[in-house]
Amino acid sequence: MLDFLNRIFRKDANSSSSSKNVAKERLRLVLVHDRANVSPELINNLKTDLIAVISKYMEIDEAALEVNLDSNESQVALVANIPVKRMKHVPKSSTD
Amino acid sequence: MGEVIVVTSGKGGVGKTTTTANIGAGLATLGHKVVLLDADIGLRNLDVVLGLENRIVYDIVDVTQGNCRLRQAIIKDKRLEGLHLLPAAQTKDKTAVSPEQMQELCVELKKEFDYIIIDCPAGIEQGFKNAIAGAQKAIVVTTPEVSAVRDADRIIGLLEAAELRDSKLIINRLRVRMVKAGDMMSIDDIIEILAIDLLGVVPDDDQVVISTNKGEPVVLDEKSISGQAYRNISKRITGEEVPFIDLQSEGGFFKTLRRMIGLK
Repeated sequence: MLDFLNRIFRKDANSSSSSKNVAKERLRLVLVHDRANVSPELINNLKTDLIAVISKYMEIDEAALEVNLDSNESQVALVANIPVKRMKHVPKSSTD
Repeated sequence: MGEVIVVTSGKGGVGKTTTTANIGAGLATLGHKVVLLDADIGLRNLDVVLGLENRIVYDIVDVTQGNCRLRQAIIKDKRLEGLHLLPAAQTKDKTAVSPEQMQELCVELKKEFDYIIIDCPAGIEQGFKNAIAGAQKAIVVTTPEVSAVRDADRIIGLLEAAELRDSKLIINRLRVRMVKAGDMMSIDDIIEILAIDLLGVVPDDDQVVISTNKGEPVVLDEKSISGQAYRNISKRITGEEVPFIDLQSEGGFFKTLRRMIGLK
């Protein structure tokens, strides 16, 4: 019953697809980058280096690779989504 | 000794000049001696918003270049006791005044006035640096839009870097109906993102446009809701605690019903 009333009376204001939530999320991500003072060039260089390092160990989908900054309340995090196509055979390190 | 407050925003068109004019008129109606300083050199506008455009003889650049005495450049409002304007120059550019000259000017004005309110130009370059040079406090104006809030965030950072901490926020042109429908960021959304104290919220109001057309600050309009908002802001600047106008609860049958049955 309460659920039914809720559904009738609650407006869309809190649904995640409302345009204000889209605005808020876009703003949040823009500010993470602004505040960290990171240039797109730096992110791009980081991407290139990441690809070089990871490619030594596995085959990745370079076109689908995503590197972004994100944050929760207290910390900024580097979030990378790197789709792996196939593992490469890793030779044993000579220092072992 | 007076207090120097700069009104700034980063983004243009959010209502810095209107805010400056209304805070000035609001403080003057409370009995304070106020001077408004237009720091937007080359794009003078505070004079027309106040309806004082026909009374300008000298401007801020005339003062700093020694063409006239400070007293000669300050215009006294005839309608409102206590309200004064030091106009910007229209034919010079922003490099015509240096930050040091602004500081000296503010020191002089502080001896004479209770409040010196500086209307800062848009942007973060020389004009901004000049405008904040002599200020002790800052008011950041924003509207509930991604671009304006982003610029406000940048400005808050720059103010802190210039040792102007503890800035206060004014959210301008809030459209209550759109906030309710989930199509505009709310006061809480903006405060959460900017992490700054709220000085006031001014609802989007036709009356602001009408008043500005006539060159009369809307704060003097007893009946308008935006005038009320500016009156409250002016009182808060003087240190008085004034509750915020409850914009979001006005009316709505379903809202009232929801509240009655205990749903948020």
